[in-house]
Parts: sequence; C-alpha cells; structure tokens
Amino acid sequence: MLILNHLWLLMALPLAGSMLTLLAGRHWPKKLVNLSSVGFPVLAFICYCELVREFFFTLHSPATAWIKNYFTWMVAGNFRVDFALQVDQLTIVMLGVVTLVGMLIHIYSIGYMAHEEGYYRFFAEMNLFMFFMTTLVMAANLVLLFVGWEGVGLCSYLLISFFFTKKSAADAGKKAFITTRIGDWGFTVGILMAFWLFHAVDYKTMFATAANMPPETMQHWGALTSICLLLLAGAVGKSAQLPLYVWLPDAMEGPTPVSALIHAATMVTAGVYMIARMNPLFSRAPAAMLAVAIIGGVTALYAATIGLAQSDIKKVLAYSTISQLGYMFLACGVGAYAAGIFHLMTHAFFKGLLFLCAGSVIHAMGGEQDMFKMGGLRKKIPWTYATMLVATLAISGAPLFAGFFSKDEILFDAYAGPNSNFVLYMLGIAGALLTACYMFRLIFLTFHGKPRFDEHHVHVHESPKVMLTPLVILAILSIVGGWFALPTYWGGTDYFRAFLHPVFAGSTALALQLHPAWKEPPHGLEYEMTAIAVAVALVGFLIALYLYILKPSAAKRLAAGVHPVYQLLWHKYYVDELYGAVIIRPLIWISRNVLWKLIDIGLIDGTVNGLAFLSRGVGGEVRHMQGGNTRSYAAWVVIGAVAVTVFFVWMVR
Amino acid sequence: MSVAMLVFFACGIVAVLGAIGLILAREPVHSALSLVLVMVALAVLYLLLGAAFIAAIQILVYAGAIMVLFIFVIMLLNAGVEVRTNLSRLARWVGVPLAILFLVEMAYAMVREYGTRTALAAGGSVAAPVTASTRALSMEIFTKFVLPFELTSILILIAILGALVLAKKDI
Amino acid sequence: MVPISYYVILSAVLFGLGVIAFVFKRNVITIFMSIELMLNAVNLAFVAFSREFNQLDGLVFVFFVIVVAAAEAAVGLAIIMVIARNRKSLNVEDVNLLKF
Repeated sequence: MLILNHLWLLMALPLAGSMLTLLAGRHWPKKLVNLSSVGFPVLAFICYCELVREFFFTLHSPATAWIKNYFTWMVAGNFRVDFALQVDQLTIVMLGVVTLVGMLIHIYSIGYMAHEEGYYRFFAEMNLFMFFMTTLVMAANLVLLFVGWEGVGLCSYLLISFFFTKKSAADAGKKAFITTRIGDWGFTVGILMAFWLFHAVDYKTMFATAANMPPETMQHWGALTSICLLLLAGAVGKSAQLPLYVWLPDAMEGPTPVSALIHAATMVTAGVYMIARMNPLFSRAPAAMLAVAIIGGVTALYAATIGLAQSDIKKVLAYSTISQLGYMFLACGVGAYAAGIFHLMTHAFFKGLLFLCAGSVIHAMGGEQDMFKMGGLRKKIPWTYATMLVATLAISGAPLFAGFFSKDEILFDAYAGPNSNFVLYMLGIAGALLTACYMFRLIFLTFHGKPRFDEHHVHVHESPKVMLTPLVILAILSIVGGWFALPTYWGGTDYFRAFLHPVFAGSTALALQLHPAWKEPPHGLEYEMTAIAVAVALVGFLIALYLYILKPSAAKRLAAGVHPVYQLLWHKYYVDELYGAVIIRPLIWISRNVLWKLIDIGLIDGTVNGLAFLSRGVGGEVRHMQGGNTRSYAAWVVIGAVAVTVFFVWMVR
Repeated sequence: MSVAMLVFFACGIVAVLGAIGLILAREPVHSALSLVLVMVALAVLYLLLGAAFIAAIQILVYAGAIMVLFIFVIMLLNAGVEVRTNLSRLARWVGVPLAILFLVEMAYAMVREYGTRTALAAGGSVAAPVTASTRALSMEIFTKFVLPFELTSILILIAILGALVLAKKDI
Repeated sequence: MVPISYYVILSAVLFGLGVIAFVFKRNVITIFMSIELMLNAVNLAFVAFSREFNQLDGLVFVFFVIVVAAAEAAVGLAIIMVIARNRKSLNVEDVNLLKF
C-alpha cells in the first residue's frame, strides 16, 4: 500500500528533479544533470509500476476510485478545494502514458540536446512539465486539475520558446499560451458554473449529484449543457481543435523532444482526458456531446487536408497530431470513451515515436527540416527508417499494428454505436484515407528516391544509442500496444474496454437508456467495417506510392493542375492571416487607441496628473494669503475674526 | 437724563474722539497721547461702573507705565512723520467694509441680547449686590484665582528676560 | 442708571476703531498701540458685564488682562526695537523678508 498511501510521490519526484536541476544545475557537468533530471522521471516510472502492482493485487481493480485527501487547500463557505489525489482505471492508463513516454523522451533528449546551450534549463522545464501533468491526471477535483492544466500550459510556453533568442520561437510560445488562454477562460467559467450547480468541485460529489439529474435533450439546453460546452472550450484550446488549433504548428519551433512529449503524447491529450473524466456530465448533455463529435470529426479531416501539402517534416506531424486528436474527440463525442482513451494511448506511442524519429532525421541532416531537401536516407540511417516505418504503419491503421485496433474501434462506434452518425463516420473514413496518404508521402519523400541535397555538405550519420533505444522501445510498443485490447471478434477479450468499464459504466448505461431503439449490430458487421477501413488506408498508401515513387513528376503535375487548391492547402487555408486580420488587428487597434491612449493616458494619468495640477493651482492661489506682506496678514486676521464672530452670533443656536 | 448718563456720554465721546485721534494723527507721539486720553476716559467709566480698584490700576499701570513706555520707545527710535500713501487695495475694499460690518454686528448682537436692560433691573442678576471693593477683589484673586496670579508673575519674569535679551546690541 | 447695552456698544465702537487702526496704519508702533486700544475696549466690556451680573470674576479678568498687556508691551516693544535696528525703518511694509 506504499504508493497508494503516498500518491504525492508521483508528483513530487519530477518536481524535486526540476527544482534541483534548476537551482543547482547551471554549473554541473552534463552527467550530473542527467542524473538529477532523468533519474527522477525514471524513479517516477518505477513508482508507477509499483502503483500498478498495488492497484491490481491489493485493490483488485475496484469499481470506485481510490481517493486520498492530503490537506485542505482552500475553504470559503460552501466552496471547498482539497489537495486530493485519486487513482482509478483511467488514471492508471494516463499515468502509464505520461511516465513511460516521458521517461523515454527524457532519455532520448540526453542525446538530442547534447550540443545545445541551456541543457540544464531544458531538463528542469521538462521535469516541471511532468510534475504538472501528473497533477492534472491524478487530481480529484476540478480546481486541482486546472492547476495542472495551467501548469502544463506554462511549461509548454517555456519549452516552445526554449531558443528564446530566435524571434519566431518567442512568438510561437506567446501564440501558444494566448490561444490556449482563450480556451482556459471558458474552462474557468465552466468550473464556476459547475460549482454553482453542484455546490462542490470534486468529482465524487459532482458525479453523485449529476447521477440524480435528468439528462437534458437536444432541444432543451440547460445548465449541464452549458457547463459541458464551457469545459469543451477549454479542451478545444488545449487539444488544438478547430478553431483554436493555430498554435500547434507554430509550436514546432521548440526542440523535437518537446514536440514529442508535450505536443503529441501528453499535454494535448489533456483535453481528451478531461472530457473522458467528465463523462457523467457529458453523457447527460447530448447537445454538448454532439458538439464534441462534430468538432472532432471536422478537425480530423481538415487537418489531414493541410498535412498533404506541407513541406516541413515537423509541421506534417503537427497537423497529423491535430487530426488524430480530432479522432479522439470524435470517439468521446459518440460515447465511445474507452475507444478514445485507447487511441490516446496508442497515439502517444506512435506519434511520440514519429516525432523522435523526425528528430533523429533532423539530427542526421544537421538541422534540415524541409522534406523536399531530403531523400534517399533509407540506407544511411536504417534504424531510424525502420522505426519510423513501424510508426507510419501504426498510424495508418495497418492490420495488427496498434493504431489499427484503436482507429477501428472509433470508426465502428461512430457507425454502429448508440450515438452513431453517418456523416461523422464518413468524415472519419476520409480522414483515414488522407492520413495514410500524407504519412507515406512523408516516408517516401524523406527516405526514398534520390538525395535532393548536396552530399558533400551534409554528413548523414546515424543517431547515438541513447537516442535509438527509446525509438526501438516505442516501436515495439506501437506494435504490441494494441494487442491487449484485442476485441472479441478478433478472438481477444476486449480487455481494455472491460478494464475501463467501471469509469464509464454510468455513461454506457445511460446511452442505452437514451437510445432504446438501438440494437446490437449484426455479428458480421465488424469484419465488414474493418475491411473497409483497411481498404481505405491501402488506397491512401497506393496514391502516395504512385505520386512519389512510381511517377515522381505526377505530384508536380497534380499540384500545378489544381493550383488554387494546392495554394489553399499550402497556406493552411489562410487561417492565420484570417485571424490576424479579423481578430488580432482590431484588438491591437483597440488596445492602442482606446485602452492605451484614451483610458490609460487620458483617464488614469489624466486624473492623477489633474489632481496634481489642481493641487498646484489651488496652492498657487492660496499662497497669496501669506505673501510676506504684513498688512495683508493683518487683513486676514481681521477677516478670520469677523468670520468667527458671525459664526458664534448667528449660527450657534 | 441723570448725572450718570451725562458723565457716560461725555466720557464716551471723549474716548471715541481719542480713538479717532489715534487713527488720524500723523505723528506717532500724537497717537500715543490720544491713546492716553482714551485710557483716562475709560478709567472714569470704570469709576462710574463702581470698579474703583480697576480704575486706579488702569491709570497707574496702563496710562502711567505702559503708555510712558510706548512714548519712550517712540522717541528712542526717532519715529518720524508717517508718510501718507494710498491705502492698499485689500485694505480699501475689504478692510473698511469689514470693520464697519464688525461694528454693526457687535452692536446688533448686544442690543438683541440685552435690550435696554439697566444694571440691577428686575430679572437681571439674582445674586445679592456685591460691592466691588478692593478687599473683595483681593479675596477673589488670592483664593479662587491664585494659580493664574502666580502664573502671571512668572509671565512677567519671562517678559523681563525676553526684553533684556532682545534689546542687547549683539544678539 | 445707564443701560448695560450702552457700555457694550461703546466697547464695540472702540474695538472697531482699534481694528481700523490695526489694518490701516503703517507705523509699527502705532499698530501696536491699536492693539492696546482693542484690549481696553474689551476691558470695558468685562467691567460692564461684571457690574451687570454682580460677580467679581469680570474684574479679576480685567486685572489679568492689564498685567498681561503690560508684559506683552514690554516684549513687543523690545521686538520692535530689534526690527527697527535691522530694517532701519519703522514702516511695516519694510518688514518683508518673507516676501516672494
């Protein structure tokens, strides 16, 4: 019961590493910094393993969450927030992703960041991020979750602008923070409204109260729907969905391990985690669930289209992340929470692997990130090629790889689940086709074909073992990670869904209640759906093969043929320019002319200065009373005496 | 018109004339002498009011010592003829009206409060008539007001010291 | 008997004349003398009221006023002598070192 009683260890270990490295690491040799900053996440992972063991063997995977309340943080009347951590099945899954992938990425960074300045600062900020992320995942109330939420936003900002002397990096950090802030505003209002409705912010009380509330309908939107929509706003910002996704591609300015950890595996999934955690509220607000699903589905397709035309290897992966997050949102929106979390886990494996491999490629190419300047790297960096190929197969949904099972489940539930919606299903299928297409495009452009760079200037070399080992581990996970969720129709036990069942039991039952006309789909349907999904992925692969391997000139002719469309995709639908003109420029105008000139200089400074001027003016007049002229003194004395006499004679009654 | 009234009016007019003389005199010595006239007239009025001791003190101390001191200083400092210039604007437009206003106001207040009540009329004082003899006055001073009396002696001491220090040549 | 208000009116008249002299005269000593005139006017009022209410407190007060006026005259004239020595003039307008 060691870890179960001391859950705070999982948070405190990365925090200790962060503080130690930050305060003392400046003058330490690299080996010592490695020990302090990578050692702690490794310790955290070991604690996690122990936690899993205790969870299974001591608690036997209980039906209710295990909550430990350490101290009361704030109390104000009815409003009570404790520092309470909870562990249930969902937490176990999320913590596994965070600690395992985090540990691997820390190990990878030892090699990747070896030649960078500010080595210790990087690791201090990464550890701080781990601390906040574990807080977010283990929190037992909304306010503590929000602390973690804001903390990961802060660390994301710090790490994106790690190379802060570069203007584009500093701007990207600001953009990320401000864009997610917009969502966080909605999140805060949502928390306040939740407190107003439930008179508590901790999950146990909220869900118990919600269980007695009648579900709302599509036509009648009440408080629950509003709360869910507001929380959704926060998730949209943090998980980079439409319309607040614009920060994620710019966030690629940060070092590649940062992109891997924060913007692929963990921080951006916080939104999905939050929706899954709030599933009792969401399942009672069908309008909000539909909003989640629509946002997810549309984003999935939209980002995939942009990914087709990008040339920077990391930007392709960024749009891919946005697209895959859309799938997770889609899953949660149709009620398939377990499928969404499953996809979150597999995505962490293969997207983290993809980013780390991209980092390996960039490291090999000496800093080059443009795919059109690469090519033919297959024989030169074989390990990177092999692991990246595994990851690409996983994300495209090749059979038996991890992504296959998770994406399949999402599409199946979108087509045939209780909350099914054919349009959303079509969005998902189209996205799957495009995913396979642009991912294999990336592979072919980077590794196949003839080298499109000067081989004498760029010395392509394989990455060191410290970078390759995490790649191999993640590749293995990308293959086997899906097997223990093998659904029943493939001969497995559907273990993952069963494992997570206690967390989502209420929602699943409620969904059946709300859709009494739904029947179980016929048995053969699952095989048909799987076949369709695989066929679609294959079509995508073949398109990419044709355009980039078999007839390379066809790509250029296609781009020239549909030039306006290509331009639209290349410029990312001009969304950044649109936001700039519609939102940012008016805002800056208002800030400069109204808030600054009018209110700050005119009103506030004017009032203060005006008081000073008034004081000076009055003083300037009053000083004549004591001008050094004795006779005027005498006159004033007489005036005073007369005034006093008048007062006493006439006023005092 | 009783004798008292006649005496009162005579002395009153003399006093007022003396005060006007103080204002209008061109030489300071003439002003001082007018003031002496005022004080003597007032002493007679005190006598009329039955305060013999005070009248004596007035002549002895005020007219006899203080005014003599004034004239000493005027002559010591060779105060010459006062140069007549125009009144300052503040004085002309504020001072004169104010002074007249003051005067009128005081008079009005007094008349309103006391009407034409004469001393010792019915409804006036309730106590038994007290003679303002020296004996009675000194009894008051040395029993009820002994502390202020002692303090004034200290005050005089301080005044002497102050005058001594101030008048030294090399201060 | 003379009504008390007559005395008080006379006192007021003398006081007012003293104020006028205080404001309008330019010689320092004359101003000082006008202060003495004002004190005298007040003394008259005190004595009159003392007679009116048949109490000796008014007379005692007049006694103290005279004593204090004496002390004040002594010190004040000493100050005037110092001023005359320093400013070489008895015009109150020449005492203007504090003038801006």
